[in-house]
Amino acid sequence: MALATTRTARDPSLIGSLWRSTVGKKAVMAGTGLIMLAYLVAHMLGNLKVFFGAGEFNRYGHWIRTIGEPFLHHMWFLWLARVVLTASVVLHGVSAYQLSRRDLAARPAKYRHSRRRSSYATRTMRWGGVILALFIIWHILDLTTLTVNPNHQEGHPYQNLVASFDRWYVSAFYIAAMLALGLHIRHGFWSAAQTLGANSPRRDRALKAMANLLAAVLTCGFIAVPVGVLTGVVS
Amino acid sequence: MKLTLRIWRQRNADEPGAMTPYEVTGISEDMSFLEMLDQLNERLILEGEEPVAFDHDCREGICGACGMVINGQAHGPERTTTCQLHMRHFADGDTIDVEPWRAAAFPVVKDLVVDRSAFDRVIGAGGYISVPTGSAPEAHATPVPKPVADLAFEHAECIGCGACVAACPNGSAMLFTSAKVVHLNVLPQGAPERESRVRGMVEAMDAEGFGGCTNTGECAVACPKGIPLTSIGRMNREYLRAVVKGTPSGGR
Amino acid sequence: MSSYLRHTTGEPVIDTKAPAGPIAERWDRRRFAAKLVNPANRRKHTVIVVGTGLAGGAAGATLAEQGYRVVQFCYQDSPRRAHSIAAQGGINAAKNYRNDGDSIHRLFYDTVKGGDFRARETNVHRLAQISVEIIDQCVAQGVPFAREYGGLLDTRSFGGVQVSRTFYARGQTGQQLLLGAYQALSRQIAAGQVEMHARTEMLDLIVIDGRARGIVARDLLTGALSTHFADAVVLASGGYGNVFYLSTNAKNSNATAIWRAHRRGAYFANPCFTQIHPTCIPRSGDHQSKLTLMSESLRNDGRIWVPKRAGDQRAPQDIPESERDYYLERIYPSFGNLVPRDIASRAAKNVCDEGRGVGPGGQGVYLDFADAIRRMGRAAVEAKYGNLFEMYERITAENPYEVPMRIYPAIHYTMGGLWVDYDLQTTVPGLFAIGEANFSDHGANRLGASALMQGLADGYFVLPATINDYLARHPQEEVPDDHPAVRAALSEVAGRLERLLAVNGDRTADSFHRELGELLWDECGMARTEHGLRKALDRIPALREEFWRRIKVPGSGVELNQSLEKANRIVDYLELAELMCLDALHRTESCGGHFREESRTPDGEAARKDEEFAYAAAWEFTGTGAAPVLHREALHFEYVRPAQRSYT
Repeated sequence: MALATTRTARDPSLIGSLWRSTVGKKAVMAGTGLIMLAYLVAHMLGNLKVFFGAGEFNRYGHWIRTIGEPFLHHMWFLWLARVVLTASVVLHGVSAYQLSRRDLAARPAKYRHSRRRSSYATRTMRWGGVILALFIIWHILDLTTLTVNPNHQEGHPYQNLVASFDRWYVSAFYIAAMLALGLHIRHGFWSAAQTLGANSPRRDRALKAMANLLAAVLTCGFIAVPVGVLTGVVS
Repeated sequence: MKLTLRIWRQRNADEPGAMTPYEVTGISEDMSFLEMLDQLNERLILEGEEPVAFDHDCREGICGACGMVINGQAHGPERTTTCQLHMRHFADGDTIDVEPWRAAAFPVVKDLVVDRSAFDRVIGAGGYISVPTGSAPEAHATPVPKPVADLAFEHAECIGCGACVAACPNGSAMLFTSAKVVHLNVLPQGAPERESRVRGMVEAMDAEGFGGCTNTGECAVACPKGIPLTSIGRMNREYLRAVVKGTPSGGR
Repeated sequence: MSSYLRHTTGEPVIDTKAPAGPIAERWDRRRFAAKLVNPANRRKHTVIVVGTGLAGGAAGATLAEQGYRVVQFCYQDSPRRAHSIAAQGGINAAKNYRNDGDSIHRLFYDTVKGGDFRARETNVHRLAQISVEIIDQCVAQGVPFAREYGGLLDTRSFGGVQVSRTFYARGQTGQQLLLGAYQALSRQIAAGQVEMHARTEMLDLIVIDGRARGIVARDLLTGALSTHFADAVVLASGGYGNVFYLSTNAKNSNATAIWRAHRRGAYFANPCFTQIHPTCIPRSGDHQSKLTLMSESLRNDGRIWVPKRAGDQRAPQDIPESERDYYLERIYPSFGNLVPRDIASRAAKNVCDEGRGVGPGGQGVYLDFADAIRRMGRAAVEAKYGNLFEMYERITAENPYEVPMRIYPAIHYTMGGLWVDYDLQTTVPGLFAIGEANFSDHGANRLGASALMQGLADGYFVLPATINDYLARHPQEEVPDDHPAVRAALSEVAGRLERLLAVNGDRTADSFHRELGELLWDECGMARTEHGLRKALDRIPALREEFWRRIKVPGSGVELNQSLEKANRIVDYLELAELMCLDALHRTESCGGHFREESRTPDGEAARKDEEFAYAAAWEFTGTGAAPVLHREALHFEYVRPAQRSYT
C-alpha cells in the first residue's frame, strides 16, 4: 500500500554522494577554490617583501622551507602545501570540466536572439580558469623549477624574479593573468559562499563587497611586483 | 501598431525548426502578448495556414502554462508572465523575436510548446509532505512563527513556468527546485523529511538532464514571481547538510 | 416555437443516499451504512479521475493513499495548472478560532441562505462539518496560510459575512491549496499508485450495461484516441463558465467531460445557475480573450460610483461630488458597497444600461479609493491592496492611486452541473462528479471563499468515503476492448473529429465561440427575460447549423492541433448553451444568480417563488436539439426557513 514508505537507500557515502551530484561537485569546487584563495592571500603578502630588498625576500624564501621544524622535517610543510594545492587545482579543474560539459549539454540549442547576459566576471569564469591553469604551469616552470628562468639561480628567488620580470612581455602576461585572477575571484568567492550555503538575504551584499575587496587587493598586490620591477623600484 | 514577428516554427520534435517572419497590423497597446498572437493565429487559420502553437491557460499570471522567450528574454521585457505582458511595452514598427524555452530537459514539442514534465518528476521525488488524508493533527497544534510562514510563502509562490531554466545559460533547474525545498524545509511540518526531500529532488533534477548552477543569477532575474537567488544558497546548505548526515534520498 | 422548448416532465429524481435523522448525525450515519472494501482488495479496483484541480487532485491522491489504483487525466501539461490555482480570496472553515460566534451550524446556515434556498440542507451541513478537517489537512501538507505574530493562523471576514472564518494565503489561496493537493498527488504518481495522463482530454464516457466503465481520451500531443477502463469514473473537470467565451475561467477549461457524460445519461442540474462576479477588470476591446478578477475584498474600502448624467464624458477627477452617483450606497444604505455579488453585479448592469457606464464602450463603473486614501493614508491602502493595485495597473496602465479603478461584472463560477446524490454519484451508476463539475452545494448563488471549501471537501473527504460503497457493492467484470459500447464510443468520437476537420469552411472556432458567448451574455447573463431567452433559443440551433457548415480547422487530427481542440469543445458549448437558456426560461422565478426581470419584489429585487420552484431542475438528454426531459428534485428545508433576502 502507498502508506508504507519504503525508502531505498542508495550509497550514502559522503564523498560518493558529493561527487555524483551537481550540487556536491560544485561544493568541491567551492571548497578547493577557497583553499587556493587562502593560499593566494599568503602568497601575495609574501611577495610584497620584495619591496624590502633582496636580503629580506630571500630570507623569507628560505624560511618557507623551514616551517614546522623541528616538529616537521626540512621542506615537509612546503611539500604538504604543494600536495594540497595540487590536489585542489586538479579537483577544481576536473569538477569545472565535468560540470561545464554537463552545462553545455543541458542547453544544446542557443537562442537566435542572443542577449548580453550576466556580468563580465561571471561569463569569463570558464576561459578565465583555463588562462589561470596555463599561467600556473608557466609560473611554476619560471619561478619554482626555474626551467624557463633566464637567471636560473637556485636559492636566489629575488634575483630570479627580477630577471624574469625585466622582460616586458613576461610582465605583461603576468599582469594579464592577475587581472583574470581578479575577475575569477570576484565571481568565485561569492559563488563559493552561495554554493556552500553560506549566503542569505542579509549577508548577500556583504559577501559581494568582500568578493570585490579580495579581488581588488589580490590583483593589486600581485601586480605591484612586476610593476615595481619594470619601473626600477625593484631591481 | 504594426509589428514584424519572427517566430520559431517547428512541426514536431523530430523535424528541424526555423524562425519565420510574420507581419501583424492593427495591434492595440492594450492587448496582451498572447492576444496579439491570437490575432495572428485567426488570420493564419483563414489563410489556410497552421496557427502558431503555444501553451497558455489562465491568462492571469498564475497557472504557469505560458512562456516564450521574447527578444532573448524569458517572458519578455517585463518581470511578469507572457500572458500579463502587454503590447504597450513595444513600439510601433518593432521586430520581435519569439522562441520556445530552450533546454535539453525541455524538448520542443511544436512551435513554442515544450515538454516540462521533468518538473513534475522533480516534485514527485520529494517535493511534498507525507500526510495521508485524515491523518493531520489540529491546525493550531504547531504554531509557525510569522517570519517563517512568510518565508515559506515567498518560495511557495513558484508557478512552475520554467522561465528560470529557459534563462539559465546552463539550462539549470536550481531555482525551481530550491523554491520547493525551501518552502517545505523551513516549515516545522516539513522537518521530518527535510534531508530525504532535498536529496531526492536534487538527484531527480540531475537525472532529468538539467545543468548545474554557475551562479549567474539569470534565473532570478527572469522569475515572474520574484523567487530570490538566495533560495539556491539555502538549498545548497540543506543538501550539504543532508549529505553530511548521511540521510538517504526520498525516492520510493 | 421550436420543438426543443416543448420539454416534458419526467419522474421526480430522488436522492436515495441521504440518510434521515438529526442533520448533524447524517454524515456519520451514511459513512457507517456504506460498505467498505477490504484494504487488501483495493488494489484490484481501478478508479478513473478526470481533472486535477482541488477536487480531482485531492480525490486522486486520497484514493491512491487508500490503496486503489487511480488513472488520472488532465488536459494541461501538468496537474499543477488546473484552474483552481487562480482562486484568490480564501477558504471558509467553521473553526471559530476568533471566538466570534461562528459554528458549523452558522456556516451551514449562511451557505443555505446565501444560496437563496436552492441547495440541499443535508449536503450543506456535511460541507460545514468537513470544512474544519480541510484546514487541518492543508496545514499539515505545508500550505503557507497567513499567520499572526503568535504563530497561529490568521482569518478574515469575506463577502459581507459577519464572522472571520476565511483562511487565506495572501491573494493566492487557490494556488497554495492546489499545490498542496498536487504535491500529495505527485507523491502517489511517483509511488506508482496513480497513472497520470497529462495533456490528455476525455472525449466520451463509456457506459456498459448501464454503468460507467471507462472513458475515451485523446492524447493532445499525438492526437491518438485511447480507451481506459475502470470500476468507477470520477469527473472533476470543473465548471462551464467558458461557454460565455469571456469569463474569469482559464482559456481551455471546458464543459466537454460533463456534457459528454450528460449525453450518456447523467442528468444536468440547474444549468442556468451561473455566478457573475462584480469586480472584474472591464474589457479593453474586441481583442479581449478573457477577463481578470479583482478580489472582492476591494469593496471593503473602495466606493463604487458612476456619473449622474448619462453620456458624461469627463475624466473622473473632473466630475464634482455633487454630480456623482454612489448608487450602491444610495439604494442599499445599510450594506452599501458590500451587498452580495449578485446584487452588486445587477446594479452595475442597470446603471450601464442607463448610459451612465464609464470607460471604453460604457461597460464599467468606478471603484474609487480616493476616500480610503484620505482616511487611511496611502501607505495603509498600499499595505492592504498593493498587489491588487499593481495587477490592475499592469493590465490597464492606469494608476489606481490616482485614477479610480474601472470594474465590471464577469462570469466567474457555475453553480449548476451534473446532478449528484448525497454520495456524489450521478444518475449513471458508477459515474461520480465532484467540485464545480457537480451541481454542488451552493444553490443559486455561491458565497465567497466557499468554492475551495467544496472542492476539497468533495475530493479529500466525501468521495473517498462514498465511492467505497459503490465499489464494494458492485464488483465489475473486465471490459473487453471490442465491446460494442466501446467501439461505438470510439467511433463516435473519431467521427466527430473527422467531421470537424472535413468542413473546411470560412469561420474560425473562436469566431463562433465569441458569437455564442455574446448571445448568452446578453440574454442569459445578469438579467434574463422571456423574450430574450426565446430569442437565444431561436438563434442557437441556427448557429449550430452554421457551425457545422462554416467551421474551418486547419491541420490534422494526428498531431498537436489546438484549433481542433477548441472546435471540438465548442460543439458541446453549442448544445449546453441551449439547455442553459431553456432552464432559465422554465424557471420563471428569480433566485440568486438567476434574475428574471419578470419576477421582482416591488422595490426591484429578486423575488423567489418557493411554492413553485423549490426544486433542483435535473435535465435528461434526449438528443441534440431534441426537447430534454425535466426531472424535479424537491428541496426540503427543516433547519433554515426560506426568507426573502433583503439588503436595503
